Amino acid sequence: MTKQNAKKIDTSAAPIVRMEKLNKHFGKLHVLSDVDLSVIPGEVVVIIGASGSGKSTLIRCINGLEEFQKGHLEVDGKVLEPNGKSGRALQQIRTEVGMVFQQFNLFPHLSVVDNITLAPMKVRSASRAEAKQTALRLLERVGIADQADKYPSQLSGGQQQRVALARALAMEPRLMLFDEPTSALDPEMIGEVLDAMRELAREGMTMVIVTHEMSFAREVADRVIYIHKGQIVEQGTPDEVFDNPQNERTQSFLARVLTH
Amino acid sequence: MNASFEFDWQAAFDSVPYLLAGIPYTLLISFGGLFIGFVIGMIFGLLRLSPAPWFRWPAIAYIEIFRGTPVLVQVLFIFYGLPQILGGPIDAVTAGIAAIAVNSGAYISEVVRGGVQSIERGQREAGVSLGLTRTQTFRYVIWPQGFRRMIPALGNQGIISIKDTSLFAVIGVGELVRQGQIYIATTFRALEVYLMVALLYLAITLTLSLALRLLERKGLVGQ
Repeated sequence: MTKQNAKKIDTSAAPIVRMEKLNKHFGKLHVLSDVDLSVIPGEVVVIIGASGSGKSTLIRCINGLEEFQKGHLEVDGKVLEPNGKSGRALQQIRTEVGMVFQQFNLFPHLSVVDNITLAPMKVRSASRAEAKQTALRLLERVGIADQADKYPSQLSGGQQQRVALARALAMEPRLMLFDEPTSALDPEMIGEVLDAMRELAREGMTMVIVTHEMSFAREVADRVIYIHKGQIVEQGTPDEVFDNPQNERTQSFLARVLTH
Repeated sequence: MNASFEFDWQAAFDSVPYLLAGIPYTLLISFGGLFIGFVIGMIFGLLRLSPAPWFRWPAIAYIEIFRGTPVLVQVLFIFYGLPQILGGPIDAVTAGIAAIAVNSGAYISEVVRGGVQSIERGQREAGVSLGLTRTQTFRYVIWPQGFRRMIPALGNQGIISIKDTSLFAVIGVGELVRQGQIYIATTFRALEVYLMVALLYLAITLTLSLALRLLERKGLVGQ
């Protein structure tokens, strides 16, 4: 499986995420310890690791859904303060950072199109007509334009997750976070969600993805990060990490997940 | 059983026009009180959810006091007690509305709290992740869903409060029970008249139940 990486990433560009020595404690548990992570525009970073390793916590720190206690975190040029004291900066960051959740988290009381238009109308002050046009275009792009007037409960899991993706994209984010986007899906629906994400990566979106889909990771990632007990143990290109892991914990993790 | 007993249908029917005169008071006190109670409930229910102790504790105190004392004592306190402080009498209907308001307000505060808390954390996370402020997330995401879940409990409280107004006969409000008592005083047909009183309460509460069921069914669309 070779990766056709036609896109060019400007490695000298200012990183959109700059995380230095980030530490998070949950009571006695040291969830993240001294995590350094930079993401440059256009880059697709995939985070892998066992459950409970802290990978979801790490990605949730980037848009402030989790607080951290120590370290420096800068997203899109704005600094996130430790202990959830960011206030206005956090909200500004969130308007530029989209997120897709494991459980979709669509708004069940709103139709598909209203799910997508809510934030552009309330946050970006878009008119209803504008917002709706954008919503329909995005639904087209993720292949479910015909579902616009349905409610989330009327859709399959795979369709719901594609709506969630369209909802996040409607804010025209500069960075997209994916927290195990296919983990709650039936196997036959995983492909359609991964296809939409693949398309997004091809268009040059900056993405940070937590996933268990190893072949997908290998295919779309510019960089793969293996995290173990809250620490980044190994990172590199997919070929480096998957074919020639240096750290023995990475080796044993990959041996476990790649054999079946 | 009294063998000579005969149900006096005529007395029962004759009492109805007289009893009907009490219904506007019953409805005014229940729905007036419930409306104010809902406003109180929204405010105190949300204060109860606040992480700030100086918001949360007054709400807890209010809820515990007015949920923990009988509505009859509350109305007696308002009607007979408060004039001592205010220096002037309080109209019985006003006292009744006030009692239903503070009493139902305490219960509705808990209904509001429960409804809001029942919404999955992921909904709030999705809202704020899109850049909505906390207030916008509450208004457009949490509240509409929470309110739907509150409807059955609010309906329950409505029915309870309607029945509670029957206690206000003691302060002389001319509501249903009071009208019945007066009518019985002249006709001595307690069985017939109280049966009619009961049926009229049922007519009111069943209508409300039906309206709520329709509202709930409508609310289910999209859930």
